[in-house]
Amino acid sequence: MSKGKKKPKADTTRRNFLAGIAGMAGVSLASGVTLFSYAEAKAPGEAVSSKVRWGMLIDINKCADGCDKCVSACFKENGIGNTGNPATDPQWIRKIEVRNPNTSATESLPVMCQHCAKPPCVDVCPTGASFKRDDGIVLVDKHICIGCRYCMMACPYKARSFVHEDITDQKPYVPRGKGTVESCTLCVHRIDAGGIPACVEACADSAGGAMLFGDLNDPNSEISKRVAKYASRQIRADLGLDPGVRYRGL
Amino acid sequence: MATAAKTVFRELKGDGLKFYGALGSFGLAALFGLVAAYYMETNGHHVTGMNNQIVWGMPHVFAVFLIVAASGALNVASIGSVFGKTAYKPLARLSGLVAIALLVGGLAVLVLDLGRPDRLIVAMTTYNFKSIFAWNIYLYIGFLAMVAVYLWMMMEQRMNRYSHTVGVVAFIWRLALTTGTGSIFGFLVARQSYDAAVFAPLFIAMSFALGLAVFILVLVVSCATDDRLLGDYIVNKLGRLLGVFVAAVLYFVVVQHLTNLYAAEHLGVERFILLEGGSITALFWVGQIALGGLLPLVLLFHPALNKSRSNIYAAAGLVILGGLAQIYVIIIGGQSYPLVLFPGMEVKSSFFDGVVNSYLPSLPELILGIGGIAMAGLIIMIGMKVLRFLPDSLADNATDPHFEETP
Amino acid sequence: MRTLGYQLALSILATTVLLSGSSVHGADGVPLPKVPKALEKAEKGHAELMRLKHMDLMRHQRDETVHKGIRTKQYSLKACISCHAVPGPDKQPVSITSPKHFCRACHDYAAVKVDCFQCHASKPPSSVNLKQPLSNQIQGFLRR
Repeated sequence: MSKGKKKPKADTTRRNFLAGIAGMAGVSLASGVTLFSYAEAKAPGEAVSSKVRWGMLIDINKCADGCDKCVSACFKENGIGNTGNPATDPQWIRKIEVRNPNTSATESLPVMCQHCAKPPCVDVCPTGASFKRDDGIVLVDKHICIGCRYCMMACPYKARSFVHEDITDQKPYVPRGKGTVESCTLCVHRIDAGGIPACVEACADSAGGAMLFGDLNDPNSEISKRVAKYASRQIRADLGLDPGVRYRGL
Repeated sequence: MATAAKTVFRELKGDGLKFYGALGSFGLAALFGLVAAYYMETNGHHVTGMNNQIVWGMPHVFAVFLIVAASGALNVASIGSVFGKTAYKPLARLSGLVAIALLVGGLAVLVLDLGRPDRLIVAMTTYNFKSIFAWNIYLYIGFLAMVAVYLWMMMEQRMNRYSHTVGVVAFIWRLALTTGTGSIFGFLVARQSYDAAVFAPLFIAMSFALGLAVFILVLVVSCATDDRLLGDYIVNKLGRLLGVFVAAVLYFVVVQHLTNLYAAEHLGVERFILLEGGSITALFWVGQIALGGLLPLVLLFHPALNKSRSNIYAAAGLVILGGLAQIYVIIIGGQSYPLVLFPGMEVKSSFFDGVVNSYLPSLPELILGIGGIAMAGLIIMIGMKVLRFLPDSLADNATDPHFEETP
Repeated sequence: MRTLGYQLALSILATTVLLSGSSVHGADGVPLPKVPKALEKAEKGHAELMRLKHMDLMRHQRDETVHKGIRTKQYSLKACISCHAVPGPDKQPVSITSPKHFCRACHDYAAVKVDCFQCHASKPPSSVNLKQPLSNQIQGFLRR
């Protein structure tokens, strides 16, 4: 054994190369996974679970008076027609103009079914047709709805509409029929396929980008981060219903 | 000397133009009601005056009236069986019949107005027990069964000894039923004029008053048209009782509105109902309070006026009209006032936010409602004709324990 | 009337009625419904399963879809309609108002009203494929 003779350094080129590749793969995979988390479709045959809670965050400051792109998108997506009878025509989302009588300040915001965590419409439905899905979406099971309209009496947000006339030419993804009650489904047919509601998409594409949709239970989702960072409120929060739709700038 | 004879019950003679004319009219009106319901179901509710703002209209006013009166009509029997007042015992059978008839009529109107009445089987088999509506279905059907059993106990001599027990159960059941009906409105947090616990006792008081008023008129008309004696003793007793019930209703109405007026939150809806509501305000003050409350009280308690039997009948009629007005104010008035999404703010939208909603009853709705009343009338007439519901004589010598023959 | 003769007559009547039900499966002289051919070949036993249980299956599967969000082919009414679409004179699928619609073949024959299409579309969806990314879906999020 010779003292002081240095051991030859191992050739780590291959090791470094492999580490680099692994690192790059990890980074690209991670970003891919993050992108997917915006619109994570559940496995097609899998039931929805309460691990997810779908919600919306609407920034009123970005919502323009007089713009109703979200409303038109909803009507188009869900095949809601206009029969010329505004008192009886269904409307799942509408723009409300709010004016403070003391200061004359006005703002406008879209209001749809608020998908409450404790929905009064679900409590009062005699057959259980009005129900809350495990992932937080409040829906009407039209198969057992008897058209009693009690849920319409119970909803504080006037979200529900009764179908007063025969409907033909329904969209295949949105069954709706006379004699039952309906309301915003949060575009459940799109969400189950990994998409986002039509109103959110329309606002993002061609309007102020005021609406954000996502999973309130996922702390890494964009909506959760914004809800944690900026103050937002629910309409009639005093009723204790915990709606899934939050408004910023209310 | 008070007679110790048992009350004799007899079927209606029921012949002649008067009887069959009335039966035919009721039948025709019920048929028209069915036709109206079919028309509403096939065309959809856009043919009615109801819309997305006023979702419950005239059919519900009639249905709630009939259901509330039904539970109150049983009161007369309860006072006899449960509270042991012998003067009311001869009236118990008719009271049960009227209760069943009114409830069936009310339920028929309610069910026929559904958006999908073809799904009645679904409604009877699928339940969400957090809903007071679901409980009401059991309470209503159970009430019908209960009163049928109660009638059996009273009409079958061997079962008479059970009529007290069954009467107690029926009394408690009808209290639960009326509480359930009032809670339909009392449990709604959304609307400014609902969401109040007082609706349950208010409806109980209303059921007492309306049920007795209907019973008085049925009794009077049946006795008069079938030539049976109806003495002053019974009429005065029933009249005084009606006066007490009307006073109770007024009390709960005062409590309801005073409480709302005290809370700044409810001032808007109170201003609407009491002052600025147009037809709603008129119906409240003139229909509900004046005609349905104060005038009957005067007619029934003023010593110069309450001796006249026709005043008592008029009071009963007024109470019925006032009750209809009250239910209209509760149901339609409660929906006319807009939902408050942004307290303190003025709102407007394409979906009628922030505006007072107007309602005009349409013909199909009225025909359906009247059809329900006609159905109740049919059941009462056929019941009295076929079975022994009506006492042979309610003259004073048969009913008044302090009766003395005038020399 | 509890005589033996009455009971015998009743049982003969009942048997006749029950046996005549089997004539639907091809006894002579009884017209059968003309069921249009499907667009794809089904798996084995599909036709028998549907004949026996299609209503029970639909009631169960609709709950799976509505309440649990399961929309795979077996649970999808659209999938049934897509496979059983019947082209009309203009080569487009007919809707339930046309007697040529698949469901009407048997339901008209049995005179049982089909309630489904008061709400559901009776024609297959046109070529929207929700599996593909919708326009600007990701971009919409990223643009904030």
